Amino acid sequence: MFYREAGQFKASYAADQAIYPIRQDKVGILILFAFALVVVPLIAPQYWLNSILIPFLIFSLAALGLNILTGYCGQLSLGTGGFMACGAFFSYKITIAFPEVNIIIVFLLAGLGTALVGVLFGLPSLRIKGFYLAVATLAAQFFLIWMFNKFGWWTNYSPSGVISAPPREVFGNVTVTGASAEPESKYIFLLLLVSFLALMAKNMVRSRVGRSWMAIRDMDIAAEIIGIRPMLAKLSAFAVSSFMIGISGALWAFTYTGSVEALAFDINRSFEVLFMIIIGGLGSIMGSFMGAAFIVLLPILLDNLPALLGIPLSIELVSHLRLVIFGSLIIFFLIVEPHGLARLWQIGKEKLRLWPFPY
Amino acid sequence: MNLRSLTIGIGSGLLAIPIVGFLLQGLSQLDPAIFFAWDFYAEVVVKGLLQGVMYALVALGFVLIFKASSIFNFAQGAMVLFAALAMVGFMEWGVHWIPAFLLAGVVMVLVAFLIEKVVLRPMVNQPHIILFMATIGIFFVLDGVGQTIWGSNVKALDIGISRQPIVAFQGSLLPNGMYLDPTELVAAVVGALMVALLAVLFQYTKVGRALRAVADDHQAALSVGIPLKTIWAIVWSVAGIVALVAGVMWGSSLGVQFSLSLIALKALPVLILGGFTSIPGAIIGGLIVGAGEQVGEVFLGPLVGGAIQDWFAYMLAMLFLLFRPQGLFGEKIIERV
Amino acid sequence: MTETAAPATAEANPMAPPERRFGAPMLTVDSISLSFGGVKALTNISFDILEHEIRAIIGPNGAGKTSMLNVINGFYHPQEGTITYKGNVRSAMRPHMAAAQGIARTFQNVALFKGMSTLDNIMTGRILKMHNVRAPETGVWGLDHVLSFGAGALDFVTQCLYWGPNEKEEIRQRTYCEEIIDFLEIQDIRKTPVGRLPYGLQKRVELARALAMEPELLLLDEPMAGMNVEEKEDMSRFILDVNDEFGMTIALIEHDMGVVMDISDRVVVLDYGRKLADGTPDEVRSDQGVIDAYLGVAH
Repeated sequence: MFYREAGQFKASYAADQAIYPIRQDKVGILILFAFALVVVPLIAPQYWLNSILIPFLIFSLAALGLNILTGYCGQLSLGTGGFMACGAFFSYKITIAFPEVNIIIVFLLAGLGTALVGVLFGLPSLRIKGFYLAVATLAAQFFLIWMFNKFGWWTNYSPSGVISAPPREVFGNVTVTGASAEPESKYIFLLLLVSFLALMAKNMVRSRVGRSWMAIRDMDIAAEIIGIRPMLAKLSAFAVSSFMIGISGALWAFTYTGSVEALAFDINRSFEVLFMIIIGGLGSIMGSFMGAAFIVLLPILLDNLPALLGIPLSIELVSHLRLVIFGSLIIFFLIVEPHGLARLWQIGKEKLRLWPFPY
Repeated sequence: MNLRSLTIGIGSGLLAIPIVGFLLQGLSQLDPAIFFAWDFYAEVVVKGLLQGVMYALVALGFVLIFKASSIFNFAQGAMVLFAALAMVGFMEWGVHWIPAFLLAGVVMVLVAFLIEKVVLRPMVNQPHIILFMATIGIFFVLDGVGQTIWGSNVKALDIGISRQPIVAFQGSLLPNGMYLDPTELVAAVVGALMVALLAVLFQYTKVGRALRAVADDHQAALSVGIPLKTIWAIVWSVAGIVALVAGVMWGSSLGVQFSLSLIALKALPVLILGGFTSIPGAIIGGLIVGAGEQVGEVFLGPLVGGAIQDWFAYMLAMLFLLFRPQGLFGEKIIERV
Repeated sequence: MTETAAPATAEANPMAPPERRFGAPMLTVDSISLSFGGVKALTNISFDILEHEIRAIIGPNGAGKTSMLNVINGFYHPQEGTITYKGNVRSAMRPHMAAAQGIARTFQNVALFKGMSTLDNIMTGRILKMHNVRAPETGVWGLDHVLSFGAGALDFVTQCLYWGPNEKEEIRQRTYCEEIIDFLEIQDIRKTPVGRLPYGLQKRVELARALAMEPELLLLDEPMAGMNVEEKEDMSRFILDVNDEFGMTIALIEHDMGVVMDISDRVVVLDYGRKLADGTPDEVRSDQGVIDAYLGVAH
């Protein structure tokens, strides 16, 4: 009875095409955002901020990027880790060389650089599709990680091969990067940045660009016959996707771990983000967030569950079981709801509309 | 794939080896960092070819499943690991390697039936990309279960192949002869045998014909009464046994360990080159990738600091894809509107 | 063939439909031959389609009808022959060029974007007509390229920001698409994902998407396939309306002889990739070769 649309008539196309046409949804998301922005930094314990919320936001951005490429445009990519590495190392080099430049600009530039790399490695998609394209993206993944690992120039010849994020400030004096930054400031910075980019993504997806991506995904031959240029659509998807993934990699290095080496972005990272969008829902902005939350929370849950239940399990066993549970969950989701958590959420809302009536 | 294209392929391959050799010789004149000598080159090529057969053994499993169900089985590597672990597990109980091999084969057949029942059957009509992602899930499950049961230590797999390198081809061209690894030689023989067996299976048996029908069109196969579920169980079982053979060879060579499952990632460029649906293509693709990788690493690697085998095979595959998206021997992808 | 098919004059028969005026040949295919490997799909086909007419292409299965449409809109490239469209002679078309020049088509096996709603599918059809930012045409070669690139980039930015020129454009195009939706009477399914629609409605949505392209030449591949009598009458009415109101030239492949005879102005008959007959429905109906190969005789 709370979730009724009765009385909500759209008198204009603009109202009909809003992101959240149902008033309850719009109010709900604004409340959630306000809560996340104002209340959470005040009450959340440091552990939650550092180990859960911050990686959640960063992974959401990466998942968003990959979802645009794979979920909306249908180009399977296993190169996410490599692109994250691009963002991290590009921003490191830029900010070390030009420390006065605002870090947000640095991130944006690193994102643009990653977008160029993404377009380069996306060129094969014009000829090849499906699994074959996945292999091409694997080439990107392996090559990029090798390059960042091999050439000391990227790490300023640091002997350990690790880069450390220098502290940088925004809005005058709030440090948001590096080891000295407060978790609250990092969190708020990330929340604002990621929300902004998510809004951009949502706008893209409901405009021409998004429709051309989805057309290519659904039937690229028909898309071409309508006049969509496959090259433009695919490469723009690669560009936008790599932009976001690059920024997420930069954020990973600068606001989460503080220091990073190329191997932190290896093939496992690519799979991790792919699972986020599978479980969260391919072709869904909200799903990217849900999938990221799921994958970030799951290991923590699994690590703590045996203790909570009072079952003593060795760490090794837990890590093996984690693999098994992970794999089973993926299979489960794909069987039960291939469209992921986002679709389950939609179904839940539809049921809520009828509540308390059964149908 | 007929005799004519086979001879052309092998002929041009054999020709390519000395041509590349001359190119590298020229390069080494220009750049002192590259060392080139013909006997050294020959050794590297042969080692690469043998290594390539090892890759091909893994790739064969992929091809089988893809041929019969158009599913790209990402879990093939995990199946290799699981099979090898099973066999070593039995051997650790004191079983001789031959019955251990057979028992491990039974295990893999059971795994295949389980996979068919739990994963494939509920997902019959899903698009291929969803099925591919399900196989990633299977990968993790097999990996985790395998390590839970048998632990994650490296295990030795000894089936009696000597570790002493064999010296061969001693002659005027190669005064010191060439060092060959007996395990890889055995693998080459085994690989050839398996390809022959599988080719016979597919071409001449009733089951093989059914497999080919299913690979072509599920609906049509169903409508002539071919039991889809049984066929899939058979295919995955055969793939499991192929994985076992690959696991035995790799395990003898490297020891049975977690990284075995990642060998599957190396098999991908092999599949690209050979074509996803061709059994001989898997072997030839393997040979090309193996030789290319070794030659690239040894002769071109020093130019950029080494360790290029991480990505060299993939770059090679990607280049191939641009010119021939279906691989050397794969079926041409025709899009119908 | 350039004479118009005019029925009896108005004085002789006041109930006769008004004379239809056709223009010059909009599309001419000349000696087109197409083969795939060893299979010859089309052999030496020549015919034309006049402006404003409804041209039917008929023939038994496998005659090459769909291949012919595929050649016209650039999906297949013929080995021999030329296509002349609006005066330009080409040996082959490219699909997006065909779209940009006003050729739209529907497919035998409905080629809709199954992941999107009806409205989104139709809006996608408008993609060539939608611009948030237009680059001025200066006529200077290099400058034009730079300007259009800049306009494209700016266009993209406005899409990211949505509110502003992008929203205005979206609403403008939505209004246009809603007119098409009204025209084809599919209002109540506009938000439904097309994968869930019954086959007949999917075909109608596909027609809507083709119309959204504002084509001058509309190619319909078996638009009535799988429909019942009522649906066929609806679809025939739509096709005739489209031809009447918008003056659109239509080429259609169809198996239902009743429909073909009723709505088409001229007919081409294909068999085994060759042209059997070419003329008005009456002429074709009485052609012996066509009767033998395809129509049969009423017993």
